[in-house]
Amino acid sequence: MEEERVDRVDRVRHVGRVDRTLRGAAAIVGVAEDVSPTGELDRTGRELEVAMVLGALEDAGLTLADVDGVCHAESAVALAEYLGIHPVFMDSTMTGGSSYEVHVEHAAAAIAAGVCDVVVSVYASTPRSNRTRRRPAARRVQPGPNPMVEWDLPYGLRTPMGPYALAAARHMHEYGTTPEQLAQIAVSTRQWAALNPRARHRDPLTVADVLASPLQVSPLHLLDCCLVTDGAGAFVMTSAERARSLPKPPVYLLGAATCSDHMGISQMPDLTTTPGVVSGARAFAMAGLSASDVDVLMGYDSFTITALLHLEDLGFCHKGEGGPFAAEGTLGPGGGPLAMNTNGGGLSFTHPGMYGMFLITEAVRQLRGECGDRQVEGAHVAVAHGSGILLSVMSTAVLGTEATL
Amino acid sequence: MTGAPDGPPTRFEPPVGAESSPFWEATGDGRLLVQWCTACDRGVFYPRSFCPHCAAPGSALEWRTASGRATVYAAVVEHRPEAAGTAFSGGRPYCVALVDLEEGVRMMTNVIDCPPDEVRSGMAVTVTWEPLPDGRQLALFRPAGGEAR
Repeated sequence: MEEERVDRVDRVRHVGRVDRTLRGAAAIVGVAEDVSPTGELDRTGRELEVAMVLGALEDAGLTLADVDGVCHAESAVALAEYLGIHPVFMDSTMTGGSSYEVHVEHAAAAIAAGVCDVVVSVYASTPRSNRTRRRPAARRVQPGPNPMVEWDLPYGLRTPMGPYALAAARHMHEYGTTPEQLAQIAVSTRQWAALNPRARHRDPLTVADVLASPLQVSPLHLLDCCLVTDGAGAFVMTSAERARSLPKPPVYLLGAATCSDHMGISQMPDLTTTPGVVSGARAFAMAGLSASDVDVLMGYDSFTITALLHLEDLGFCHKGEGGPFAAEGTLGPGGGPLAMNTNGGGLSFTHPGMYGMFLITEAVRQLRGECGDRQVEGAHVAVAHGSGILLSVMSTAVLGTEATL
Repeated sequence: MTGAPDGPPTRFEPPVGAESSPFWEATGDGRLLVQWCTACDRGVFYPRSFCPHCAAPGSALEWRTASGRATVYAAVVEHRPEAAGTAFSGGRPYCVALVDLEEGVRMMTNVIDCPPDEVRSGMAVTVTWEPLPDGRQLALFRPAGGEAR
């Protein structure tokens, strides 16, 4: 067993050859998002997506006529047709919640390779109002055979929280992580949400509140779990050169990488170590930076355990020390060394299902200094770290201001 | 789901995948099969048409009867079966676990015959079977007694 672990750690620490030509080659130049403290939006579907696309383009000082690349997690082609544009780059990569970090990586690579010049990625989902307004929900069907249906579904593990509960249980077993330590992540995140007028939940929260909320799939309580809200967003990327001619300060992509090591939770090699170990190490190597250089971590918080695993796997603390690290309570506002999930996260701000878009929009706004009460002073480096499917696909985007080039 | 609405608690009946007929047929006799790669001498689960460890072709894979002994890797308790849409526990909390078979492969299961919140990582368990309506059986596990590690 010990040998197996050494082999695993050795394997995941292997960064591999990292080409650094993407560093600073492209920038995010426009963002848009739509959320509401009620958790519900009036618009839905394509109408909402188009509003986000046009909003992000306006923010960038560009128009639809400038767009020659489209990313969409279902069909970039269908969206392009609806928009009436004729893109030369299309990316329909769907990795769950991390899809939008992957879109950043792919868009930058396409721009750097000269395939296209201006790429837009968009997401809109309205699960909450679909329910309250009895709209027929669009059903996504996973293509191809799905082993999870045959081997996992009969045992009644509720998704998505069940697989994350298994990871939490194993982390507790191996490292002595406690429910109180996990709860502190929800508490620190709520403190950020209190500073964000558009957050769904802003009332003060205590560790005791989290532990008193009903157990769902133990060891996870209701308040260890993300929200279900409507939400939408978009970003626009272009070359660094063109970015400098646009009105807003460019937010440069310094490093990007993605890794997947399973789809179903039964096939995850080690429940306490995500493929973020690989994506993080590769993205930081490309950026020439490390965790200690990061001012703002936007780490996908579908559940408290998800954020805890990011802290370890990206190198903000050692493996197994995420619990004590989070329990210090310094991830919230108050000038700690690391600000995590400054918008209030998936736990308190918004979570429409594939939350990764909001990691990017918040990271960009922090680096532009547009965050008002929750602005992290002097933020120059932000990381958007997306988690997709069931801890299955991690994608890390290291972003920086002009000063970091 | 199977069974009449007023019948006994029922399960989601798993489909039979393209590579797993031998596995499901053996469950009818209470035998737990795993694929074994004769090229790299490792177990393979779920069933595949090639070895994911060494990329050996399907001809290198043979079916072996597992001992049925396993160790709990991680275990959780579903406290709201109605939210999970499950009926098999009769509305009571139940344990879902990942267990490591002696043969070195991991599978999902329910650990039964003990209070669900007493199942722990490291607990030794042994296979037990729950009949499905079509003659197949579902592999569940129960405590073997004692801690394996």
